[in-house]
Amino acid sequence: MEIFDVFLLETVLNGILFGGVLALLALGLNLVFGVIDVVWICYAELVMIGMYAVYFLYIVHHVPLLIAFVVGIATVALAGVALHQFIIRPVLASEPINQLLVTGGMLFFLQAAATLAFGVQFRNLGLSLPSVTLGEIMLPQSRIYAAGTALVAMLGLALFLKKTYIGIAIRAISQDRAIMPLMGVNPSRIYLITSAIGGGLAGLAACLLVLQYDVHPAIGLTFGPITFMICVLGGLGNMVGGFIAAFIFAQLISIGGFFFQIEWGYVMAFAFFIVMMFIRPQGLLGRKS
Amino acid sequence: MLELKSVSAGYGSFQALFDVSLRVEAGEAVAVIGPNGAGKTTLLRVISKLMEVSSGEVAMEGVSLNAVPAHRVIDLGIAHVPENRRLFPRLTVEENLRIGAYPQAARARYPERLEFVYSLFPRMQERRDQLAGTLSGGEQQMCAIGRGLMSGPKLLLLDEPSAGLAPVIVQQVFGLVQKIRAEGYTVLIVEQNIQQVLKVVDRAYLLEVGRIKASGKSADLLASDDIRRAYIGL
Amino acid sequence: MNRAAWIALGLFALVPLLGVGDYYLHIAITIMLWSFVYTSWSLMGRFGLVSFGHGAFLGIGAYVTTMLWNHYGVTPWIGIPLALLLAVVVAVLIGYPCFRFRITGHYFALVTLALTEVVRMLIVALRDVTGGSLGVTPNIALAGGQPFSLWALQFAHKEVFFYIALAFWLFGLYVWRRIDGSMMRYAMEAISQEEDASESVGINVTRTKLLITVISAALTALGGALYGQYQLYINPDTVSGVALSLQIVFAVIAGGMFVQLGPTVGAAFTLLLAEGLRVAVGHEVHGLDSTIYGLMLVLFIIYMPHGILGKVLELRARKAGAAAAAGD
Repeated sequence: MEIFDVFLLETVLNGILFGGVLALLALGLNLVFGVIDVVWICYAELVMIGMYAVYFLYIVHHVPLLIAFVVGIATVALAGVALHQFIIRPVLASEPINQLLVTGGMLFFLQAAATLAFGVQFRNLGLSLPSVTLGEIMLPQSRIYAAGTALVAMLGLALFLKKTYIGIAIRAISQDRAIMPLMGVNPSRIYLITSAIGGGLAGLAACLLVLQYDVHPAIGLTFGPITFMICVLGGLGNMVGGFIAAFIFAQLISIGGFFFQIEWGYVMAFAFFIVMMFIRPQGLLGRKS
Repeated sequence: MLELKSVSAGYGSFQALFDVSLRVEAGEAVAVIGPNGAGKTTLLRVISKLMEVSSGEVAMEGVSLNAVPAHRVIDLGIAHVPENRRLFPRLTVEENLRIGAYPQAARARYPERLEFVYSLFPRMQERRDQLAGTLSGGEQQMCAIGRGLMSGPKLLLLDEPSAGLAPVIVQQVFGLVQKIRAEGYTVLIVEQNIQQVLKVVDRAYLLEVGRIKASGKSADLLASDDIRRAYIGL
Repeated sequence: MNRAAWIALGLFALVPLLGVGDYYLHIAITIMLWSFVYTSWSLMGRFGLVSFGHGAFLGIGAYVTTMLWNHYGVTPWIGIPLALLLAVVVAVLIGYPCFRFRITGHYFALVTLALTEVVRMLIVALRDVTGGSLGVTPNIALAGGQPFSLWALQFAHKEVFFYIALAFWLFGLYVWRRIDGSMMRYAMEAISQEEDASESVGINVTRTKLLITVISAALTALGGALYGQYQLYINPDTVSGVALSLQIVFAVIAGGMFVQLGPTVGAAFTLLLAEGLRVAVGHEVHGLDSTIYGLMLVLFIIYMPHGILGKVLELRARKAGAAAAAGD
């Protein structure tokens, strides 16, 4: 019974660390939705781009890891801007369904293009960072770094949104879009900046994930649906809600994976999601949809 | 300072303004009065470029606004305080004021501007960290006007400042307008509350169904039989 | 349907008797089967209920039927209705909270996306039963030279399947037509424009949406089951998952979502494109056709949101100066 407890505790702690990264993912998606009112269905595929970027820079071109990270983040930030400018902007004025379809199409396209370009092999950075031992509990260092970085990034973003002019404009535009020009704010420019930040967050998540997971064309499917469920449960656009929901889901997956196989963890999370939809369909913190 | 020359504008096939011409000189307070649906809000939207004119021209200090995009109008010194206040409900009072100073030129002078607005509206300083959505109607109007002042405008456009407010509060709001005037600001107010607004402005235009029907000094308009009969019910 | 269409259909039905060979029959069958599936999806899509999760229903249809047959010897005649039942239950389970609480648009799309992935994961997780990612084959019941087994719903000759596929394709079009002409169509259109107003004129929004969803889900599951019986091999990625769901969406958009034959055109388009690419490149280049689909989906949404058929009809209407035909 004693050993059982320790492993469970380890699972819970791992779950918390995992939650940090999921929270980062949810943050990016929520930010973009809250500001631009568009869901980047292909969000996880942007993360995939980042993961591939870091992989190729580090493994193939022998770029130092930290520089690879920086370039990876920049790449995905740029991808976010390009996504908005060329794909989303043309359909912003038409029915919302078109925005869903166009980003859904990008999911499809990016996955397929990755298969075409990189093949279906699983690729790994090949880093084996040791684990940190606390008594009888082992926590992978990569997970700790990931969670720590995610936390710092989120705090950084929060500060940015609270203290800078652009940050305040970003928060304002989701509350009243129409009068932004009266303040001297160009909505299009805010959208581009938000897209860059959203992409950057995805890129950061990519760096953290590639430390622990293999990258392959379908990797987006591992994190995408979970991120969506987290955001829906927390309330689309609600960054605090998404944050909380991320940790709940991470625990469900972690514990589910502990008692059964990892896929069951996801199934459990989804079951939880469905149940929550019946109980509290407006999301955890109940804001208007 | 501000001049509208034969401005026509509308929404799709619906024309809201027909051939409207008016001017506001520096230091003046001018009102555009008229009933619901007269086109008053459209008029302000045309000035702040939230809408394009279909014909005619709006000029600020001689500079035509035709090619100016909406978010640059504030750089020309025009600040539009929208109808229904339109504060950002989940930002604090101070954050709402801060975003009023978004233009680069205004940012440099943010601390002084903030102090100025707080000195004008001490209640706003008391409530600086309160979410704007939780303010009372009158306080919201105060905050909205303060936000407009943060950019240090030359011309302040006020869109129906009394709308939706209790009579006592309306008096307070017009008191604020007088205070602003005393500071030397040029103001263009659009209003339905004719009696109150004519007390604080120098001149007024009467807008009916998109056309200027009358204009003149407020004292004259107040005395005019047409106005009294039609709007003040005397 | 006009005379010319009937004649064309009659001629088409004679194709297997011409001895065109298995390859072409296979193409025709596949197109018709998928047209059936795509048409079923479009029953929801055309009213703004964009589901990114129909892969879930397809997967349920294929796997439940095959699992019951393989593990319990349950004939597909019973297995298929059971699969449809499960699909309907799932549809209601997901649909009810969504519709009751007015979860539409973005939320709905995300929920369906999560659904389809979870179904796929479930199939993989139950690997001891389903064979996991490697897929599974329904136990072959045709021994020796046996041409068919009604009990197992397996047929050795593609000609037979041609007529089965033809029947279901026409059935799907029929259902589309019936809904198009029914009160439900008008109710759904009202709902897709203004839900609250619809409610106030007495339309039971939740029930109407659920009904459309249930029909769509059941038919899609049916398509999945048929696919399993025809292809005699299924795996989680070909019958479930996000990629499949998006493929459905793409085909319908490409063909034309608001027109009866749109999904069919989309099926023909995508399948012939895939075949054409395979033949042109000489072998299967992993992901080439999907890459092109994805790119085209995006371009279609931006430039031709009403699909190929929609555009054709638009142009015809403009030329004729008359109201466009309703896809007949």
